[in-house]
Amino acid sequence: MSTQLSGQEQDSRDVWILRLYVAGQTPKSVAAFGNLKRICEEHLAGQYRIEVIDLLVSPQLAEGDQIIAVPTLVRQLPEPVKKIIGDLSNTERVLVGLDIRPA
Amino acid sequence: MTERLEEIALQKTPSGIEGLDGITFGGLPTGRPTLVVGNAGSGKTMMAMEFLVRGATEYEEPGVFVAFEETPKDLARNFASRGWNLQQLQDEGKLAIDYIYIERSEIEETGEYDLEGLFIRLGHSIDKIGAKRVVLDTIEVLFSGLSNQAILRAELRRLFRWLKEKGVTAIVTGERGDTSLTRYGLEEYVADCVIMLDHRVVNQIGTRRMRILKYRGSHHGTNEYPFVIEDTGMTIMPITSIGLIHTAGTERVSSGIPALDEMLGGKGFYRGSSILISGTAGTGKTSIAAAVVSSACGRGENCLYFAFEESPSQIMRNMRSIGIDLAKCAKKGTLTFHANRPTQFGLETHLANMLKLIRDGKPAIVVVDPISNLISAGQESEVKAMLARLVDFMKGHAVTAIFTNLVGGEIYEAEREAGISSLMDTWISVRNMESNGERTRGMYVLKSRGMAHSNQVREFVLSDKGIQLLDVYVGPGGIVTGTARKMQEANDRELALARKQEMESRRREIDRKRALLQARIEAMQAEFEAEEEIAKRAIAQEEARDVTATVERIQMAGGKQPDREKEARHRI
Repeated sequence: MSTQLSGQEQDSRDVWILRLYVAGQTPKSVAAFGNLKRICEEHLAGQYRIEVIDLLVSPQLAEGDQIIAVPTLVRQLPEPVKKIIGDLSNTERVLVGLDIRPA
Repeated sequence: MTERLEEIALQKTPSGIEGLDGITFGGLPTGRPTLVVGNAGSGKTMMAMEFLVRGATEYEEPGVFVAFEETPKDLARNFASRGWNLQQLQDEGKLAIDYIYIERSEIEETGEYDLEGLFIRLGHSIDKIGAKRVVLDTIEVLFSGLSNQAILRAELRRLFRWLKEKGVTAIVTGERGDTSLTRYGLEEYVADCVIMLDHRVVNQIGTRRMRILKYRGSHHGTNEYPFVIEDTGMTIMPITSIGLIHTAGTERVSSGIPALDEMLGGKGFYRGSSILISGTAGTGKTSIAAAVVSSACGRGENCLYFAFEESPSQIMRNMRSIGIDLAKCAKKGTLTFHANRPTQFGLETHLANMLKLIRDGKPAIVVVDPISNLISAGQESEVKAMLARLVDFMKGHAVTAIFTNLVGGEIYEAEREAGISSLMDTWISVRNMESNGERTRGMYVLKSRGMAHSNQVREFVLSDKGIQLLDVYVGPGGIVTGTARKMQEANDRELALARKQEMESRRREIDRKRALLQARIEAMQAEFEAEEEIAKRAIAQEEARDVTATVERIQMAGGKQPDREKEARHRI
């Protein structure tokens, strides 16, 4: 598991905790991470945290967040929990899915 | 290339489900997925879970249950009623339950993805307990949870290939579809073995059935097999596969009615034969059956009584009134009653229950009272098929079976029983005989295979001393029963008395004559003796006279010496 923090951390209640589940370094997971990073920098600069979980390394973690598809992005905070599956190539849908922009 | 045929032939994994391994000739294909299709409530989850539990407890094959619909908690609760402790199996590492929850509204799809997460979870569970069996119940939930069908179908294909590579024997459940076999066409992916479950309701009575649609690389039973889900699990009845191979013994079983035994070649029924007692209402069918049961209990044999008409206590009370104490047998444990309404479940369920009870209880005698009531639970052809299987099964287990059958009237009788009677070895008909304004019971043996049986109609009487068969009275107009019979008996007694008296008097006459004759003989004898005496005396006188004459002649001839003669006489 590798954790990446954004530049400067803000108040914990405003921090977005995003967890990205992948299975190894596949083109899809690389693309997903790249897309996520870009979107977060554009829209949530300075108030997000991305945790990348590689299920090949820790398969037992798949059960907790009910992961079946990879890549899956889980919005841990703010609540409620939201899930987006896919390589996050459609920015619009990611923004809607994460509730950054109203649908 | 040098592999031997049996090594490359399809291996099978016993499911442990009663009957299933029989109709699949060994079980499910090892290392391959099997599709179990059925409507909601047809028993798919039940069957799948039993496959895992039996594997874990009986074959030392741990299993993974992937639940898409029910939570592990719900599953544990549902199967606790079967006596399966899923939690304990999980704790022992024999079972893993992985609950997969997908809610479309909570998931946003964007771009390319695959189901590697599912593979990883499943693989993790399999490796953790060393699973040999896997159940996916039901993977179709993925179709409603994910919108990208193209990805899903490609991934399912990969999943089943992956399961085969893993070498696990899997059951995949699927909902029955309207146009295709399964709603989402799972049969495309799982093509090695397909089992269909069905729960049909006919005339408000439900029956569960199973059919093996295909089984690649193996032959299998092709019929629809009824099955039941009971407290102990699932039981499939491979009944139609039973052949006519039972061995016929020569041991005899007493009917408990000595006179009836006498009618049946003197020794009673054959053990393991099936006996039909048919008759109209109130002719004593149950009483005859009870007599057989009572005598068997007396010998310490186990009896099973399926009552479809009366409650056990009612039967016991009624039989007590004719001196047959079934309550004692029940108390002793040799007699077990099973009372059910025929309409309680379908015929197949009845049959399945009966077979199970017979198999578990190992009775020597089974009574089904009456089979006619079962007809209300199904079509007549079905009843016949069911009875055929029941009879076959009991013969195979050397159980003597007694069926009672209520018939409507005499015309109707032959017609209805034509189907049933051919299954029976012994057919006893009891009927009412009406004459002279009264009704009496008659019994005769219509057929009894393999023995010389009586062809007489016997009157039988139910009294507090039990069942008695009376001797046959044949009058000028057929057999005589009831009061007429009593009159006939009285007449006969009178006649006999008269004959006896006549004989007596003749005997006396003879004695008298003999005495007379004797007297006569004696008189004649006496007469004869008297005559003889006289005759003898006369002869003696004649002889004496002859001697004197001779002497005188001599004396006259030698007259010269008369003195010498005188002297000689003197000397003497």
